[in-house]
Amino acid sequence: MLNLLFVVFLSPLLGFIVLSLGRGRISQNLATVIGVGSIGVSALVTLGAGIQLLSHMPADGAYTQVLWQWMEVGSFTPRFALRLDGLSLTMCGVITGVGFLIHLFASWYMRGDEGFTRFFSYMNLFVASMLFLVLGDNLLFLYFGWEGVGLCSYLLIGFWYQDPANGSAARKAFIVTRIGDTFMAIGLFLLFRELGTLDISQAMATAPGHFEVGGNTVTAIAFLLLGGAVGKSAQLPLQTWLPDAMAGPTPVSALIHAATMVTAGVYLIARTRVLFELAPLALHWVGIIGAVTLLIAGFTALVQTDIKRILAYSTMSQIGYMFLALGAGAWQAAIFHLMTHAFFKALLFLSAGAVILACHHEQDIFKMGGLRKKLPLPFWSFIVGGGALCAVPYLTAGFYSKDEILWQAYAGGHLNLFLAGLFGAFLTSIYTFRLIFTVFFGKEHSAANSGHGLAYTLPLIVLLALSTFIGGQIHLPLALVLPAGPGEGGGADETKIALLSGSVAVIGIALAALLFLGERKFVKWLKNSTLGAPLAAFFGAAFGFDWLYDKLFVQPFLWLVRVNKSDYLDRAIMAGAGSLQSLNGVLTKTQTGRIRWYAASVALGAVLVIAVAVLS
Amino acid sequence: MILIWLFMVPFIGGLLCWQIERFGVTLPRWVALTTMFIVLVLSLYLWHTGDYSQTLLGSHGNGHWVEQFSVPWIPQLGISFSFGLDGLSLLMVVLTGLLGLMAVACSWKEIARNVGFFHLNLMWNLGGVIGVFLATDLFLYFFFWEMMLVPMFFLIALWGHNIPGGTSRVFAATKFFIFTQASGLVMLVSILSLVFVHYRATGTLTFAYDALLHTPMSAATEYWLMLGFFVAFAVKLPVVPVHSWLPDAHSQAPTAGSVDLAGVLLKTAAYSLLRFAVPLFPHASVSFAPVAMWLGVIGIIYGALLAFSQNDVKRMVAYTSISHMGFVLVGIYAGTEQALQGVVIQMLAHGISAGALFILCGEIQERLHTRDLREMGGLWANFSYLPPIALFFAAASLGLPGLGNFVGEFLILLGSYKAAPVVTIFATSGLILAAVYSLMLVQRAFLGKPKNNEKLSDLNAREVVTVVTLMLLLLGLGLYPQPVLDLSRASMAAVQEIYQSGSEPLAAASTTTTMGSP
Repeated sequence: MLNLLFVVFLSPLLGFIVLSLGRGRISQNLATVIGVGSIGVSALVTLGAGIQLLSHMPADGAYTQVLWQWMEVGSFTPRFALRLDGLSLTMCGVITGVGFLIHLFASWYMRGDEGFTRFFSYMNLFVASMLFLVLGDNLLFLYFGWEGVGLCSYLLIGFWYQDPANGSAARKAFIVTRIGDTFMAIGLFLLFRELGTLDISQAMATAPGHFEVGGNTVTAIAFLLLGGAVGKSAQLPLQTWLPDAMAGPTPVSALIHAATMVTAGVYLIARTRVLFELAPLALHWVGIIGAVTLLIAGFTALVQTDIKRILAYSTMSQIGYMFLALGAGAWQAAIFHLMTHAFFKALLFLSAGAVILACHHEQDIFKMGGLRKKLPLPFWSFIVGGGALCAVPYLTAGFYSKDEILWQAYAGGHLNLFLAGLFGAFLTSIYTFRLIFTVFFGKEHSAANSGHGLAYTLPLIVLLALSTFIGGQIHLPLALVLPAGPGEGGGADETKIALLSGSVAVIGIALAALLFLGERKFVKWLKNSTLGAPLAAFFGAAFGFDWLYDKLFVQPFLWLVRVNKSDYLDRAIMAGAGSLQSLNGVLTKTQTGRIRWYAASVALGAVLVIAVAVLS
Repeated sequence: MILIWLFMVPFIGGLLCWQIERFGVTLPRWVALTTMFIVLVLSLYLWHTGDYSQTLLGSHGNGHWVEQFSVPWIPQLGISFSFGLDGLSLLMVVLTGLLGLMAVACSWKEIARNVGFFHLNLMWNLGGVIGVFLATDLFLYFFFWEMMLVPMFFLIALWGHNIPGGTSRVFAATKFFIFTQASGLVMLVSILSLVFVHYRATGTLTFAYDALLHTPMSAATEYWLMLGFFVAFAVKLPVVPVHSWLPDAHSQAPTAGSVDLAGVLLKTAAYSLLRFAVPLFPHASVSFAPVAMWLGVIGIIYGALLAFSQNDVKRMVAYTSISHMGFVLVGIYAGTEQALQGVVIQMLAHGISAGALFILCGEIQERLHTRDLREMGGLWANFSYLPPIALFFAAASLGLPGLGNFVGEFLILLGSYKAAPVVTIFATSGLILAAVYSLMLVQRAFLGKPKNNEKLSDLNAREVVTVVTLMLLLLGLGLYPQPVLDLSRASMAAVQEIYQSGSEPLAAASTTTTMGSP
């Protein structure tokens, strides 16, 4: 199966080509077969290749398949080659496995939409690009996928193109991440200048000999790569695009903006781990960025009213945990959380999609309510998925990964990261169950009709199962790729930490129940109090980053564009032509045709010439 | 001999187009199409049969051309009718043949008046361009440089558009003519001075490129002569601040003229910088490089900012060309192997993508009778093929990996970083600005609420074949640029060698300082 590795990306790519050529000519059923089937094939091949890789693990822990030499310019020789190791296998499993379930669900969700075929063609292209990103064996190929997923994200956020707001959200997502990508590109230039290669394994092998630990250059490279990572993964300071990205259809949010693309930054840092270990300062900042982002996102999620935006901020916050884990040196825990997060967040988004469709495209949680009877499957999905998000101890997948992160941070002596993570867990419980209690309990606000069919139930049930402790038992084959964390093998305090983080989650849920079940008197009072109201507004505006960036970057740019709209350099040059023209006008006037004027000027000229000759 | 045919075919074809119109209006189109097809086939034949792997020029002595042809023209003045071909010029000729085909195809419906004379001008312009790419005698080169100017003037002035409330086509044509002509005269002065400097040093009067290559002269003379060449090429490329003829010319030109202008004519400037300005004046070029690279950066940013603010879609694409050619300027003067090879790819990719965008602009205009972005919007609902195709080329323009423009820009930046990190970082910001204006173009033209729900007539077979060919070529350049890189490697290695030896102290200067400028 390993030699069929290229099929993993070829199948969705062919799906994209067939669907985009057949636009308007193929039925929705055929488009479903092609669009969903191509991801299914890809998932099966990943499974086969994975089994073969794990049963006959090569000595260096990776299988490489060279497709062709991309280009050869002097010493710059990137190639198209796929590299499958434990890390990329994990990523491929998530992308094709979860991706398949989301595609299947989307065939229910998008049915009847005018752009059904177009939707699946973009989705297939996305999966292909995402697979490039994780399978590429050199950083240029990775960058290829990196930009490709950005474009697909743009296309899918703006999928319902007739509403200009969607277009603007899509552009924002693309441009903000492009800013990060540009930092990353500069990082690649610098890396190439230093090491003379962009091949990942080669660069990682030579870097320790070339750079000294903490050196300026390697620190700069690590920070530049981090710039790319924070853009794609919606971390501070480039996080502002993710909430707006919810303008896309909900399966898109599940696939791109929860399960796969937004975790690409985590993947990038894990992939270039050696560089970050050589630059402790950059790695330290990875952890801090994660911690701060998870807190900011947590506070913001507390006061949002749009069901998808709450989930978007929770995604931001969970990726914050992954960054925190990377910063604490808990590499494997970060990837483990990446996987469990993909399960439960995909589950949450898909069931949110089910709720939204059931409520006729209503997204405000306060216009919903009491839906647990009418929508049993989404309700249980939310209970399990939300429980996993809060890391309810021992029952949910999220607990196993989040607890691992917190334990590693504690064991590694990163007490501030540990405390931030713990407090973030508390916030997570509150906002998650605020959402669940508001939507599924209380008075019934709106009529809702449940979805049905295999495409609807199967993805939810499978993801639901994976979000329980079952998902937490999956053992990832990362040992050959990423080192063990500082707290590997357990320690005296491990159980204590587990109990502590578990109880924080439970206390948070209990508090949410107190606050949001029933009359909510306290919350209402708090919202109208002198201190609470401005704070809620501040949280609601996501700490004012959008406002700040608008003032700092967007407005000056637009001003510059407006001011120079008529191209002043052109005006300046044409002014030269204009002055010649007026000179021409003046000189024309001297051609009067009167002889005495001519005679007079000849005489005057002669006098002047003689005067100059005599006097000088 | 085949070199002669490369530019004679368009000249003869042009005359035929002109005369054959009396037998039918579509005949000139077919003749022009055949003409450009012959040029393309001839150039591909040369590609197939030649060996382009040998280094030309060399730092010492004269290199050899893969193909050459030379007969005396005015022997008393050392002027000869001589042509030479290497990998770089061949690539440019192939591009000219290809875009020439496209230019004829895209004006099939658009041009209804004086069809024969139109194609005469188009063919002669393209012939002049091919002459520029092949000439190895500076007098002959200047002859072709002027040669491509006049037909272009007529193309804009006679078949252009008059925008209501905008400038007239005659104004645009005149502006184009004066900018190019004035700067061309500066170059002529430089050419003549170079020839005289060479005459004083060696006693032979010659305009031959190979002979003039290693003319000994003082550093100051070299610098001034280099500037004379640079000004002419800067106007043509165009470099900010002498760029403003381009948006006017583009917005007034017929589609074929725009394709020709953006796709091919601008490339003559980049080609000439690589072929003449840098090799003839190596030391001056090296010391001038920082200035030129900053000019390139200014062009990237200035062009991108102005592109964002345009309402006329053709003016907008014109400003994006200025931005993209800024990368070319940065790459040429960075002088590393990656940067120079990137320049070659960028020239081809930009020729194809900008050409395609102008073709699409023309197609939109034919259907909507406007090019004003404020009157568009929601066109995605009105067409089924045009918007996704335009999206493809907009993605190319913002440098999406997998398409040729990415390879070009990435190589330029990667190579330039070694030579000038700060310049490169500023140039890289162009990637963000390109995303901003490209996506804005897509938004304003194709997304949003459609103005009306009627289905407009979609692309016909001719139009689909034209743009799909260009799409495939762009994909080919993006995914497997190696054949092109192999073809230009030797030529670019020679230029790179100049940068390496040019940064060494001026060896010849000490013997020639007494000569001064003529």
